[in-house]
Amino acid sequence: MKSANIQLETLTCPSCMQKIEAALKSLTGVDKESVSVSFNTSKAKLKFDDDALNIGDIETAITRVGYEVKKSTVK
Amino acid sequence: MQRFIFRHKNSLMVVNIVFIVIGFFSHWVLRNDTLFDIAMMIASVVGVLPIALQAYQALRLKIVSIDVLVTVAVTGAFIIRNFEESAIVIFLFLFGAFLEQRTLNKTRSAIKALTEMAPESALRQTGDGEYEEVDVDEVEPGDILLVKTGAKIPVDGTVIFGEGSVNEAGITGESVPVEKEEGLKVFAGTILENGTIRVRADRVGEDTTFGKIIELVEEAQDAKSEAERFIDRFSRYYTPAVLLAAFVVYLISRNVELSITILVLGCPGALVIGVPVSNVAGIGNGARHGILLKGSEVIHAFSRTDTMVFDKTGTLTQGNPAVARSLHCRNGTVQPGLGPEEDLELASARSYLAAVEAESDHPLARAVLRELGEVPARQVENTRVVRGAGVVASVDGRQVAVGNLALMEKEEIALSEEAARSIGELERSGSSLVLTAVDGQLLFIMEVRDQIRPGVEEELRRLKRLGVKNLVMLSGDNQGTVDVVAAELGLTEVHGNMLPEDKSAFVKKLKEEGRTVTFVGDGINDSPSLALADIGIAMGSGTDVAIETSEVVLMNSDFRRLAHALGLAKATSRNMRQNIVIALGVVLFLFFSLILSDWMNMSIGMLMHEGSILAVILNGMRLLRFKKR
Repeated sequence: MKSANIQLETLTCPSCMQKIEAALKSLTGVDKESVSVSFNTSKAKLKFDDDALNIGDIETAITRVGYEVKKSTVK
Repeated sequence: MQRFIFRHKNSLMVVNIVFIVIGFFSHWVLRNDTLFDIAMMIASVVGVLPIALQAYQALRLKIVSIDVLVTVAVTGAFIIRNFEESAIVIFLFLFGAFLEQRTLNKTRSAIKALTEMAPESALRQTGDGEYEEVDVDEVEPGDILLVKTGAKIPVDGTVIFGEGSVNEAGITGESVPVEKEEGLKVFAGTILENGTIRVRADRVGEDTTFGKIIELVEEAQDAKSEAERFIDRFSRYYTPAVLLAAFVVYLISRNVELSITILVLGCPGALVIGVPVSNVAGIGNGARHGILLKGSEVIHAFSRTDTMVFDKTGTLTQGNPAVARSLHCRNGTVQPGLGPEEDLELASARSYLAAVEAESDHPLARAVLRELGEVPARQVENTRVVRGAGVVASVDGRQVAVGNLALMEKEEIALSEEAARSIGELERSGSSLVLTAVDGQLLFIMEVRDQIRPGVEEELRRLKRLGVKNLVMLSGDNQGTVDVVAAELGLTEVHGNMLPEDKSAFVKKLKEEGRTVTFVGDGINDSPSLALADIGIAMGSGTDVAIETSEVVLMNSDFRRLAHALGLAKATSRNMRQNIVIALGVVLFLFFSLILSDWMNMSIGMLMHEGSILAVILNGMRLLRFKKR
């Protein structure tokens, strides 16, 4: 399990969070419980299994629903 | 393709505007309505692309987002050939989002400025004594780092070589530089203004004080209150409900115009964004002034404070007491000073006292030791601490009791008439007393005074003006001492002779009376009270401890930030309520206008909707400028 901390573009509507959260939770290998998207910091945090997917897949999932990824760190 | 559209959302908005302008030009100047329709059609299609795509992606994830409502509404307008409406609604929606992004960035700017102070790289010593630049994440505790003039200190550490002056504003809120030399501690995120130092890393990354502050602030700005979680849940069902309502209206009335207007009016906006915006702006203002508020729940509770309870030592007073007067007792008479050198009994008593006090880290003990100076060392045995009273121990086979009057009574030490009178006078004058008895004979009376912290009186007056009705002080000192301090500071209620558990019981009682209690204490032996109070504020024990134990953190334990913190909490809480009123007001206004008037349409609805979002953001931004009065 690794944890990712992703800085997104400025989120302007709290409903964006719902979308990003749902997009992340739909990925296999992502720990659903760990997904949290925060509005004011415009950040997404989650834990994932790095055998099942990598940070690139996660970023793609976010850009696909229409949000830019500024920076991400994996630990 | 999709990525291209998302990335060029703003360009698409410009294209949308251009065609709207062309459309109106054709209509008003060229009087060509075909051209007008075509231009508006193009404007609509270009503009709706990013919205429709987001709507599609949301629906795939089974979420009815605001994009879905707008897309359906625009499509409806298109079907009834109202191209003007569709183009303008899209423009307002895109332009609104554009402005919201800019203004939201402003409300978050204060916190961003703080997080950007985080160090990014460090100069680390390698095996051969050279320095290489590495990412701050790679630094481990124990590494030796070089910090040059103008650089950020990357870790919490100890200076091992060199000297310089450091601006610690990021940690303490104090902008006067602090001199650092060998052996002194430096903190991550502070700036070496001049000099060059070598530092041994003690704590790195998230473990540094700065790292903890950032983490706390980041959590705080998104920490939600019960009310906000309710709004979130509500909005999850709200958008699908609006879609359903519009559909039902269409089925009944067969009026597309009315149905799509409902869709636009139903977009949730100001309601969901209003509270987070106030929250982030309020917390941001605090962060800039050395105040950390842990989330909106804390802001609300703190703003309602009607009773503030203070611990005395270290909070209202400096916690650095000194012996103001010493007396010694011989054969029933009391004389000033600690007695002549020739008096062997008193000389050994002094060293017994020093030996007993050396084992304690109580502030009074330190004051006594400073007063005694150099005395021969002695072995202390069988130490017994009598809580809230003092210490009993044996030194050189003799029984030594050091403590207050209660201890003397407990140990059945006889007091001469004169001694009892002196003690009574000193107690009434508001000092703490340290009495020393050897083998049941009282030998020394020491009067210890603690200075009131500068600015405390003024700050308490401000708190009163902010509506704190009860200012209460609790202390382990005798009632005489606390009465004097209370009179000096104009407190409403004081209680002396209190043990830590008495204090927490007192806080509990206040809460049961229905008061909202803020407890301000030292964060060490007051932790039960801090935890029990609605709001706990730890002071006088470093930012580190305060961050962990307090709901409201005052950097550097600066008492003078307290009124600003309370004022800010009140202003933020008020701001949130204003935003909720604005949001609900607009929704009600739109709803009744739709029913009662005939001028309401999709474009006006969208204008009001975006306008109300901007109104709550701008209202929230006012908090960034909040200053204490």
